[in-house]
Amino acid sequence: MTIDHKDIYKIAPHHRFQWEKAQDCYVILFPEGMVKLNGGAGEVLKLVDGENPVSAIVAELNKKFPDTPGLENDITGMIEMALEKAWVEKVN
Amino acid sequence: MAEKNNGVSSNTTATQPLWLLAEITYQCPLQCAFCYNPTDFDKHTQNELDTDAWIKVLRQSRDLGAAQLGISGGEPLLRKDIEEIVTEASSLGYYSNLITSGAGMNEKRIDALKDGGLDHIQLSMHDITEEINNFITNTKTFKLKQKIAAMIKDRGYPMVLNVVLHRYNIDHIKEILEMAEGLGADYIELANTQYYGWSLVNRDQLMPKKEQVLHAEKVTNEFRERIGNKMKIFFVVPDYYDDRPKKCMNGWGEVFMIVTANGDVLPCHSARVIPNLEFPNVKNTDVKQIWYDSPAFNKFRGDDWMKEPCRSCSEKENDLGGCRCQALLLSGDAESADPVCSKSPHRHLIDEAIKNTENPGVEAKPIMFRSNKNSKKISDGEEKERLAKFHATP
Repeated sequence: MTIDHKDIYKIAPHHRFQWEKAQDCYVILFPEGMVKLNGGAGEVLKLVDGENPVSAIVAELNKKFPDTPGLENDITGMIEMALEKAWVEKVN
Repeated sequence: MAEKNNGVSSNTTATQPLWLLAEITYQCPLQCAFCYNPTDFDKHTQNELDTDAWIKVLRQSRDLGAAQLGISGGEPLLRKDIEEIVTEASSLGYYSNLITSGAGMNEKRIDALKDGGLDHIQLSMHDITEEINNFITNTKTFKLKQKIAAMIKDRGYPMVLNVVLHRYNIDHIKEILEMAEGLGADYIELANTQYYGWSLVNRDQLMPKKEQVLHAEKVTNEFRERIGNKMKIFFVVPDYYDDRPKKCMNGWGEVFMIVTANGDVLPCHSARVIPNLEFPNVKNTDVKQIWYDSPAFNKFRGDDWMKEPCRSCSEKENDLGGCRCQALLLSGDAESADPVCSKSPHRHLIDEAIKNTENPGVEAKPIMFRSNKNSKKISDGEEKERLAKFHATP
């Protein structure tokens, strides 16, 4: 499935995204599961809030990490993976 | 689950009890023949932790990194303070799961649990037939479970069903999956019986034949293909029919911690069967000290404890020697290789159990149900002969 810039996603029902101090990372929690998110993945999912379209997420992270090349592909790739795993779902 | 950081292998300082299981009471109205609880649970039913003690456990464990919380038993709903405990867990940031038979649930409680922030409910189901459900649990609970399943769905909880598979229900796998789909389950765990506690005592009666297991796996895979992400299906393979052991608990003292009804803290469900290990108690020791410093939690961490054939085995990282309790129960030595492994000198014990499934005579023996009365008998040593057949004498 391809990710369009106008798409809006949110964390899927029954899933929770939160910062874990003891693990020093963001995690996704769901029935019988917990996935540690590396730094980049955590930064993306933090902005997947049911309001920001993908374009806004890309703009926000480009502002935050101006020296990182190929950010856009990383972001859409991450959302695509999260969609495949059913951690997020499309709102619009 | 525990991941290795940048390829650096885990060690005792990197371990964290990310998964906390609170076995809040050993009392249960059901008497399931496959229950993994200790057969002598009767000895541990006194001195249950009170509400304040549980709240202290939740706080201390959360500080150590615990994020997934299972509230189990026995039947946790027999306690009146589950709502209070769930509310505290939620405010601490746990993802909380109530693991229940459904007994003790009602409209008022399910609403209070939702208000308290309970994330999901895992309901045990046994079969599509009332007959098998009532037989294996030794109670008339079939209709209750159907009712509670509907209630869980109605309140908007994720519906997680757990079905323990054994020779009486495994051939109904397709119908069980269809039932789960019909109930709107989001997840179903098909857990082949593992043989500890009561299930080991009843192994002859419970263990399915190999072709039954293969059939169930095939049907499950076909069903999964059809249904996709709509209902996630976990099929827990029975290790007896494998030739390598499972990486039990993802390693001893790695990511998993159990606090039992009386406050004993264990690295796995049945660790108490291992002799000469003293398990610390939260009444007099804090969880951090228990997790990092207690001899019990360090006993089988990593691989320093291993004997041959595990020590020099090229696959030892894959399974860490398998299950310590199964090694103890079947071979008499908790430091030996899990007998499931084809490299274990005790593999013949597993092969004999498998061969035994072909013997139609086994069903003549009565099942020993998980009741307070039977537990007391076992604690008092009355059933030694029956147990000796399965348990090695150390």
